[in-house]
Amino acid sequence: MSDLVTVRLRVNGTAREGRCEPRKLLVDFLREDLGLTGTHIGCEHGICGACTIVLNGEAARSCIMLAVQADGSEILTVEGLMEHGKLHPLQEAFREHHGLQCGFCTPGMLLTALDLLKTNPSPTEAEVREGISAVLCRCTGYQGIVNAVQAAARTLAAARADRGA
Amino acid sequence: MKPPQFDYHAPTSVEQALELLGRYGGDAKVLAGGQSLMPLLNFRLSRPAALVDLNRIPSLAYVREQDGQVRFGAMTRQRTIEFSPVVRERLPLLREATRWVGHLPIRTRGTIGGSIAHADPSAEYPAVLTALEGEVVARSPRGARIVKATDLFQTYLTTSLAPDEILVEVRMPAMPAGAGYAFEEFARRHGDFAIVGIAAVVVKDGARCALARLVAAGAGPVPTRLRAAEEILEHEGLTDAAIEAASRRASEIVSPDADIHASADYRRHLTAVLTKRALRRALGVTRV
Repeated sequence: MSDLVTVRLRVNGTAREGRCEPRKLLVDFLREDLGLTGTHIGCEHGICGACTIVLNGEAARSCIMLAVQADGSEILTVEGLMEHGKLHPLQEAFREHHGLQCGFCTPGMLLTALDLLKTNPSPTEAEVREGISAVLCRCTGYQGIVNAVQAAARTLAAARADRGA
Repeated sequence: MKPPQFDYHAPTSVEQALELLGRYGGDAKVLAGGQSLMPLLNFRLSRPAALVDLNRIPSLAYVREQDGQVRFGAMTRQRTIEFSPVVRERLPLLREATRWVGHLPIRTRGTIGGSIAHADPSAEYPAVLTALEGEVVARSPRGARIVKATDLFQTYLTTSLAPDEILVEVRMPAMPAGAGYAFEEFARRHGDFAIVGIAAVVVKDGARCALARLVAAGAGPVPTRLRAAEEILEHEGLTDAAIEAASRRASEIVSPDADIHASADYRRHLTAVLTKRALRRALGVTRV
């Protein structure tokens, strides 16, 4: 076994630390070392998108990144989406619009959609489909997910308008 | 699967990175965005003794204009390029092609230098670099050298870079004002590797075609410059008949291989179809 490295990072607003081999994938570090099993492992080679997290404000695949590379970074996983005990508007919309069935791809879908709406706050249906093409879903046929992301975009826009932003 | 064991190094300067590469004498791999190398490690198709990670070298990420070129630090992320005002203005072909590079969460990590050094013949950036007659800067302990796109891509996943060299900069000449451009691609799922992609640039001079550039991705072991098709346009202008003839010629001069995704004939067919679409769109004509 190679020498262990120390990885210090912030996950969902909390400082966390662990020791692992340099070859340990970030997704395995999150799940095994930090006990955050909300991030799922699907294909393990960057195709299916189930492991997508938000790294320093941007969606990224945690199965094709090493934990040691995330040292010093700020990570958001699906466990950190709720605020003050309330579902995030994206989560609410996925529930409302049947954006999930088995739920395996859902963490990756949510965090990909979060970055999509950050950079494109009112996407067209085609833009949503292009954005979520990053994540494979085998249950829903995607229509419910597309509806959910567009609904969440409207909710978030209304919230911004209320705040006068 | 999980990656095999390796020594891991995260240097903070190019000099340190070069020293590390030299120390492993060709057994180390350079890790850029990792969006191609990490899957190869996970599959254990690649088993380097060491990884030299460039992600902690901040001086390798920039976009700047100099001497009529746009210059990119090798570690500039594809997502940065997607939103760069300089790229929007000077290299709209690159911007358009970027939308086809992987997916959103791939582009946040993937880099221009990594994509070009990986030299996948179906990838978008090598095709754009070839179409715009760009070049890269490679550094080694012997100094820096400039390598033109035509001298860079050797065959599948193979460049002319030496094992102790690091691609540090990508340079593309600013596109001429008024140039028409289009990047057309066909893939099974948006963001997957192209079955075939076509980069097109045309500069009109009245009814004449002052300059045409056509490059195919996915239709051979390297990005394929479709010079004979360009010449038809430059000699005959940008008429429907010339576009038709150029597209047909394009499909004759590529030498694609068959693989699990598509037959060679299908790739040749796609080359003609996408060349026509790209040229029509580059001219501002509604796509058929």
